[in-house]
Amino acid sequence: MPRQTYWEAAVTFGLKTLLVAVTMLFANLASAQDLSPLQTLLQEHREILEKSSRRTIGPAIDAIADSGLDAAPELLSRWQNKELWQREEDGLFFYTEDAGKDAEGAAQLRLIDIGDGSETGLAPKSAMDQLKPNSGIRGMIGAALVRFQLSSPDAAERIEALDAISRDPEASHLAALSRAIDNEPDAAIKARKERQHRLLQIRFAEDTATRIDAIESFAGDLGVDVRAALNPLVVTRRAVAETLPEDPDIAATLTPGSAQLTRFEAYDMLVKEGLAPPLIDPAAQKAALEANIDGGAVAGIPLEELDSSAARDRAYAVLVTQGAVEPAATLAQIDAILGAHVFYERYTAAEPRVVASALATLVSIDRSVAINQVIDLVLDALSLGSIYFLAAIGLAITFGVMGVINMAHGEFIMMGAYTGYVVQLFIPDYTLSIIVALPLAFAVTFAAGVAMERLVVRWLYHRPLETLLATFGISIALQQLAKNIFGTQARPLTSPDWLGGALVINDVVSISYIRIAIFVLALLFLGLFLLVMNRTRLGLEVRAVTQNPRMAASMGINPDRINMLTFGLGSGIAGIAGVAIGLYAKVTSELGQDYIVQSFMTVVVGGVGNIWGTLLGAGLIGFLQKGIEWFNPSNTLAAQTYMILFIILFIQFRPKGIIALKGRAAEA
Amino acid sequence: MMGASLAALGAGGQAMAQDCPIKVGVLHSLSGTMAISETTLKDTMVMLIDKQNEKGGVLGCQLEAVIKDPASDWPLFAEKARELISNDGVAVTFGSWTSSSRKAALPVLEELNALYFYPVQYEGEESSKNVFYTGAAPNQQAIPATDYFLEELGVEKFALLGTDYVYPRTTNRILEAYLKDKGIAEEDIFVNYTPFGHSDWATIVADVINLGEDGKKVGVISTINGDANIGFYKELAAAEVSADDIPVVAFSVGEEELSGLDTTNLVGHLAAWNYFQSADTEANAAWVEEWKALMGEDRVTNDPMEAHYIGFNMWVNAVEQAGTTDVDAVREAMWGQEFPNLTGGMAVMGTDHHLSKPVLIGEILEDGQFDIISETDPVPGDAWTDYLPESAVLVSDWKELGCGMYNTETETCVQLTSNY
Amino acid sequence: MSDATLAPRRPRFMLVDKPSVLIFLAALGILTLVVTLLSDGMGTGAISTSFVKTLGKTLCLCLVAIAMDLVWGYCGILSLGHFAFFGIGGYAIGMWLMYERTRLIVEESLAGAVLPPTPQEVSDAIAVQIFGVVGASEFPPIWALAHSLPLQLAAVVVVPGLLALVFGWLAFRSRVTGVYLSILTQAMTLALSLYLFQNESGLRGNNGLSGLQNLPGLDDVPQATLSLWFFWASALALALGYLLANWVVSGKFGNVIRGIRDDEARVRFLGYSVEGYKLFIFTLTAVIAGIAGALYYPQAGIINPAEIAPIASIYLAVWVAIGGRGRLYGAVIGAGFVSLVSTWFTGGQAPDVNLGVYTIKWVDWWTVLLGLSFVLVTLFAPKGIGGLVDLITERRAPDRHGADLGPDQGSFREDEASKE
Repeated sequence: MPRQTYWEAAVTFGLKTLLVAVTMLFANLASAQDLSPLQTLLQEHREILEKSSRRTIGPAIDAIADSGLDAAPELLSRWQNKELWQREEDGLFFYTEDAGKDAEGAAQLRLIDIGDGSETGLAPKSAMDQLKPNSGIRGMIGAALVRFQLSSPDAAERIEALDAISRDPEASHLAALSRAIDNEPDAAIKARKERQHRLLQIRFAEDTATRIDAIESFAGDLGVDVRAALNPLVVTRRAVAETLPEDPDIAATLTPGSAQLTRFEAYDMLVKEGLAPPLIDPAAQKAALEANIDGGAVAGIPLEELDSSAARDRAYAVLVTQGAVEPAATLAQIDAILGAHVFYERYTAAEPRVVASALATLVSIDRSVAINQVIDLVLDALSLGSIYFLAAIGLAITFGVMGVINMAHGEFIMMGAYTGYVVQLFIPDYTLSIIVALPLAFAVTFAAGVAMERLVVRWLYHRPLETLLATFGISIALQQLAKNIFGTQARPLTSPDWLGGALVINDVVSISYIRIAIFVLALLFLGLFLLVMNRTRLGLEVRAVTQNPRMAASMGINPDRINMLTFGLGSGIAGIAGVAIGLYAKVTSELGQDYIVQSFMTVVVGGVGNIWGTLLGAGLIGFLQKGIEWFNPSNTLAAQTYMILFIILFIQFRPKGIIALKGRAAEA
Repeated sequence: MMGASLAALGAGGQAMAQDCPIKVGVLHSLSGTMAISETTLKDTMVMLIDKQNEKGGVLGCQLEAVIKDPASDWPLFAEKARELISNDGVAVTFGSWTSSSRKAALPVLEELNALYFYPVQYEGEESSKNVFYTGAAPNQQAIPATDYFLEELGVEKFALLGTDYVYPRTTNRILEAYLKDKGIAEEDIFVNYTPFGHSDWATIVADVINLGEDGKKVGVISTINGDANIGFYKELAAAEVSADDIPVVAFSVGEEELSGLDTTNLVGHLAAWNYFQSADTEANAAWVEEWKALMGEDRVTNDPMEAHYIGFNMWVNAVEQAGTTDVDAVREAMWGQEFPNLTGGMAVMGTDHHLSKPVLIGEILEDGQFDIISETDPVPGDAWTDYLPESAVLVSDWKELGCGMYNTETETCVQLTSNY
Repeated sequence: MSDATLAPRRPRFMLVDKPSVLIFLAALGILTLVVTLLSDGMGTGAISTSFVKTLGKTLCLCLVAIAMDLVWGYCGILSLGHFAFFGIGGYAIGMWLMYERTRLIVEESLAGAVLPPTPQEVSDAIAVQIFGVVGASEFPPIWALAHSLPLQLAAVVVVPGLLALVFGWLAFRSRVTGVYLSILTQAMTLALSLYLFQNESGLRGNNGLSGLQNLPGLDDVPQATLSLWFFWASALALALGYLLANWVVSGKFGNVIRGIRDDEARVRFLGYSVEGYKLFIFTLTAVIAGIAGALYYPQAGIINPAEIAPIASIYLAVWVAIGGRGRLYGAVIGAGFVSLVSTWFTGGQAPDVNLGVYTIKWVDWWTVLLGLSFVLVTLFAPKGIGGLVDLITERRAPDRHGADLGPDQGSFREDEASKE
């Protein structure tokens, strides 16, 4: 928060008595209108209230908060909630409620007096202006409300106050909070209050020992708020001098030409301090030459010859000897000047003892933050891997087990997502709709898969490359169909509340519930897959048919039926994956496109025909992508590029994937 | 040399004027990734043209929409633009969403001396003789929004998140220069680019939250485009990032994008535009009603639609004023053309082919609409930003200087055509 | 090798080898002549410039389809990455076009300066013009050769060739075949397009290279004429490409690669270096694709990474499949037919079909139709359109009672077996 707000507030404080007098006078004058003291106060600050800017609103908030009026806290909180309106004709402020429509159908508001909460009649909405405090102002109001809320009987209000303190900590909060700790009934809130109190002590305590105690109490704490309180204490400023001062607040000396301070930066500092002449850059040189044109030539060199930097340097040198321009510093001069000065960093924010303790605490914090960041990265990678796994598991069946290249696999995922959307149109309850959507998505895509197998894929079992083309055709047709039916806009698929939010382990490690749900779903499907393949008759028959259809047929298995069911199963799982992916990302007709290539790679990298391979493949890709992202966080695309390059190379060296099938199954 | 050939081509174009019906080209992607945004604009144009025809058309002629689908494929924009102009003989074309697609069509437009209206907020650094930019330039959206962050929200550390293409790249470059100008240190600006349609946002959101560790207030300026926003906002909501802690202002998120989302957890985050559906004027109420009557109750209006609304009406008025659809005459009539904004006030077309419009900042509400909390006076669009050294010296003025890229230092016209 | 002992039985004069070559060349010649006479550039104007460009581009697509047919139809490698080579060719030529055009503009604008510009100043100004739109102002190292037309022309051939050589050597060496190879090539083109999408690639990211249709120094030549030049060049390239491909698939070499397609292991056991043959075909076709791309993109006017996304290469395979694999004219027919029909439907020329309850708009339904036709062709007409030729010539496959000639039944080998 800028300093002038405090300063302005201080002025307001100083003039308080005078203000009160004026207020009384104004109130007397306006007694005909019978204005409440609060209304009078607002009228006084009417201009800045109407302007509603964070930079100017300070005095109004302070005046209301300091007015001592009983209605003031309520005014502040209702103002914060955008419930305060102003009547256009006389500028009076009211709370309002929606009062339906009048006879002509125009919206009306019920006006409520801000002083005593009584109803004062109706007004057309068009005659009223809403005060819309922006979030900066709302923060300031919140900070002003803290003192009223800290000991409020309502626990929610006390939490609100603590939130406000953590957002905009002020010196005045320290005393208020100290008073409000002992009488706190709720243990959790009390713990928060104490923690917040120590944080305020770091910032505002006058006594150095108290500050250091508070700082040291946070050793190893992962909270962003702790780091936010400590880091400002250890900021440094660069400075330059001829000799290093003997002050205790020197953080480090810097060598020009090092990574922290380039020679250019160092010289620039000297120029800014007036300790060195400025360098002549090409633009300045050009300007100087242009300023000294004399009859089509500069320093005797014709203009048309000045088309190289060497020629310009020559001309400039001549100008220097003529005394027309300042000489440019030579390398040797620059070296000499840099060598004659010492560059250093100085702590500026706190006294050395506090800085030392803050540094020590930050070191301990950084260590645990680093460990937790690695944990967080691992969680993210697991989550990404599980999404890839979920998208690929259907493919692991159709491609991995049956060997069918289904390019429309992505579109089955999309169909599942759209099923989820359609279900939500009919069942507004999010929890129930998800419960309905999951089996329904399975049913829809199972049916679609069976239909596709019957009509197209079964004719092409011996022509895998052509399956690829035919299913690609189906893929683009399905995509366009989805566009024609659902439009090109993204459709909302909203997760129920219990899946919203995130599991916050600490301020560094957290993961959203929806991702956990996807992870669990992926594990469930892995279990289901293993169960079906290894423990059921269907699984046995599937394995038999894929290994040797003729032999299987002669054993009484109907390969057609098995193929159809297997394909349907793979497609159905893709549909369920679609609901999950739609919940966490978006539902558009191009949803499937984003996953198809990655899914194939997951299966291929893992090793075709083995679900564990697919699992490892998804894990590998997830970890790889997050790992590369970690090295280059500002460019996500690079991570994807290098991941794919890695996969290409990986397949060169392990063409059969991580887990290669051996023996007869491999030849099937 | 180039001018001469342009003039010669321009003369060729005149012969087509006044044949009834007057054809109006519509060049918006109806398939592919950009269809999400652009289909709406095609519908808007059809609605505007039908409405104009009910009023009796232009110059006594009915208008006829010629719709082509460039399928979100940049080269197709060039191909279809050429078809529209030379085969169909359209008098004017309304089209494009992404800058890439506009830049693809530009050479054709300039070669054939056609007229083009581009309705989307963009990165500036361009002023073509043949294009009227009815969307916002950076100084009409990005700069005021950044000012709002600095002054009203007290943001001290910035995360510039964008989709990896021209608009975010250039806008972020301008914003970086602007923020440094305002005393924000380089290490307090975090920049990240993600591909189109990106969906894995967990790490990036966590990084942004972590920016707050040095005790400075963090704000996010998002130039994330299209449906990638859905995943981003879902992750933001899941991480329970409150707008009070880390406000996000988006330049590419409007009513249309929010309609694909549950906004309960996004209340308070911001967007900067020149138009919001919630603008409280009679003209806007009528416009919204008309749109919903045509397209369905659940459809929303947005900023690029208003840009087409203004652009189309200005073109109609300019044609009436010029008495011909001839491109050169209409262009001259367009300079200084005025038309009321849907948000109130007058939009004025400048001689650098950019509109003067007010800048609005809105907070997201629970119903997916925006609460307008800040509105400026009209700001004239600035084709060449003042915050980058190489373009600070450039100005555009087609009326007086006859040049869209005029170097005020050397007092020469850098080029008559545009950079593609 | 023992060429002498296995001397061909037939005369090696390639034109006599197959009548289809003569018919093809004659048809191409007639097409070129007709288009030239009717074109805008010759003053008749019956065929518009944009259609000449479309035809020219289609010829380039036919050329890359021939490459695809060589590698897939004859050698059995279903590469889903040949558009990567096509794109690289386009980028290589595009860099020179862009550099040179910008250099001329910059030199013209700097000519008025008081001091003549230094080479560094010129280079900086060019860089600002080219990279300003993506937020940079310096030349990336990849542009080091962009000033030289011969070097960039060499790059059109060398870069795709080298990439194919390295990729192919790695893949064939580790015996990656069939579907795996398809997925691997798809990964290659995906990686390349993702790389180019990044700004760090130095090729303007998503924006790509644009304004390529304006040849540097030829501002006075109208596009009508330029389009004709490119059309001729494309036709010539296609003719030469066809002859080259025909020569490659004729004779012993052709027999070996067909053998590899039908049973790789058997050919290997016969002592041939299967990997060497595959690598040669893969590299050769990559070079052909590069050349086709270098001719295509100056006609399209813009190239960006979306052009080489995996889907483009899949379409390429589909064209060849629809036209008919394993015959060169089939590839040409497929590419020409599908891309022209596609242009017709998406261009809005196709009339809507009113079914009473529902009006079929082809813009919406064309892709569905296209997708379904892939399915139908693969299911019912594995010989593609080219199969119709067999009906006319009444060439029948010998009845082998369905016995396989090789592992991949789709490869249409019975017919060829009868010819040998």
